[in-house]
Amino acid sequence: MAVIQRIKKPTTRKGKKALLAKEPKPIEGPKQCLFMQGRNPSERTRKLLKDIYNLKKPDAAYLSRKNDFVPFEDASLIEKLCNKKDAAIFGVGSHSKKRPHNIIFGRTFNYGILDMIELGADKYKAMSEFQNVKVLAGIKPCLLFNGPAWDLNQDLKRLKCLFTDYFHREKVETIRLQGLEHVLSFTATDSGEIYFRSYRILLKKSGQRTPRIELEEIGPSIDFKLRRTKLASDDLYKEACKIPRELKPIKKKNISRDAFGSKMGRIHMGKQDINRLQTRKMKGLKKTPEERKQMLMNKKKAKKAAKAAQINDVA
Amino acid sequence: MEIVNEILDREQKKAEKYKPIIVDKHLEVEFDIGTLLAYDSNDLDTKLLNSNTDEYLQSLARDNTQLLLNKVWELPTERIEEAIVVRLPPPTTVLPRAKPVPKPRPLTKWEEFAKAKGINKKKKDKLQWDEQLQKWVPLFGFKKAAAEKEKNWLIEVPQNVDPMTDMYEKKASEKSEKVAKNELQRLKNIARARKVKIPRVGLPVTSDKASANQLATAATVAKASTASLGKFQDKLPKEKEARGKGVHELIPGKERKRKAPIPTPQAEKEHNLNVLDNILNKRPKIDMDKAVARHINTEQIQ
Repeated sequence: MAVIQRIKKPTTRKGKKALLAKEPKPIEGPKQCLFMQGRNPSERTRKLLKDIYNLKKPDAAYLSRKNDFVPFEDASLIEKLCNKKDAAIFGVGSHSKKRPHNIIFGRTFNYGILDMIELGADKYKAMSEFQNVKVLAGIKPCLLFNGPAWDLNQDLKRLKCLFTDYFHREKVETIRLQGLEHVLSFTATDSGEIYFRSYRILLKKSGQRTPRIELEEIGPSIDFKLRRTKLASDDLYKEACKIPRELKPIKKKNISRDAFGSKMGRIHMGKQDINRLQTRKMKGLKKTPEERKQMLMNKKKAKKAAKAAQINDVA
Repeated sequence: MEIVNEILDREQKKAEKYKPIIVDKHLEVEFDIGTLLAYDSNDLDTKLLNSNTDEYLQSLARDNTQLLLNKVWELPTERIEEAIVVRLPPPTTVLPRAKPVPKPRPLTKWEEFAKAKGINKKKKDKLQWDEQLQKWVPLFGFKKAAAEKEKNWLIEVPQNVDPMTDMYEKKASEKSEKVAKNELQRLKNIARARKVKIPRVGLPVTSDKASANQLATAATVAKASTASLGKFQDKLPKEKEARGKGVHELIPGKERKRKAPIPTPQAEKEHNLNVLDNILNKRPKIDMDKAVARHINTEQIQ
């Protein structure tokens, strides 16, 4: 739609298609993710982002070039790159004396920063250090959030939503039971520590239909520390969370259920036409022959008068 | 009694072989099965977390995963292409979108008018039979230009036109003018949709020689185009202000008349029928005095 609203028309069909693909749609696909390096990224942040990139792989891009910028001061580069790559979430790694092993997770809305959360990677064990079988790429993981802090702290609340956005992959309608083999666990303490762990699910027999779950750690395992945050204003966040009209369930009017669960409907009747109402026929209300004659005469007279008027008009 | 005990024993042994799938939690764990998410708001065991972090986290994750997957396994299953799948309920966590919800495209001026008038777009056939060429010619696009060229190998110069004019050139310029007009209208529509104020277009240059009316309009517009809207400009002895249709709108500072809104089809029909009725029901007015006088006059002459 905005393609038509552009002042400069796309010159080629291919160009037009590319622009159309970038247009906002009512139902969006999985969000694309960008990983990039800030000023002086450390080996740890580089590896960490690469690991997360591996977890997110089909919907992510890893940019290995160093960028001399500080996202919390000027995020225009992120906005520009997100626009270019049509991405909506990003991760930036940097390292300084003041903020060692700094990771910034964030997302954009309409190519502008929505929120950014800075985390320090205190401890980190890479995926490659766990010597075992990994999960298939592109699999939908189970997400676990442990600890009451996720709901009490406003920053953590947003971080929980951000992590869900990061790793939930895509809205699906059906899922293969055997394909449930990856768990991401996020545990938050009151002091702002966040433990990120990743496990592979092993389904064991339990003598029942539901299997017994065993877990095997596959990495990466990261201990984050919450640092600075830059959260979206309530207005912007509300606008970003807007559900398009196409997806809203259509409300059925005038249907309710009572305490016993039986369906009740309210019907609206039109206005009743009393003149056409069939009342009881009675001999006393019948017209006499004289009355009927009079009525016929009246009708004839009226007809004649109408005809005469018509002839007059024509003449 | 012995048999019962035996069976119970056997069952117990069977059960011992497997580890339990039931997990006890102090507070209920919240689930969002649609996104495969579980939120455990129970307090963490700080002592264990600090001393034996990894093992504690793994056991915690195992318990919560067990709870989550117990819920998933309860869902109705289906078989799709040799795989057993479960149908997930719609997710309850609301995640922000990447781009804003698309707005419907604003209507163009013509579309607005057509909607008000109830004009529907008629579908035209892509090919049309050309009597002259005796073949099907596309309405536009591929092969249309070639057909046009074949058809117009000769163009007659009409009688009212200078015989030396190049009709091909004329046709081409007409076409390019149409394209330019279309483009201008497209831009105007965009400007209207974005609520951008565009400068009013001055006098249209229709030919190399402007008419007296156009010149008068141009002079009036130029005079009024000062900061004080031409209030302090001197006037010539017999100067007249330009008048005519559409001139008023061009002069800066003049109040613009508001256009009447486009009537609805019903209103328009009613109005037209009223006019028709007025005409049909017209009766000649009889001036009795005049008629009598005339009658007397004719009689006297006789």
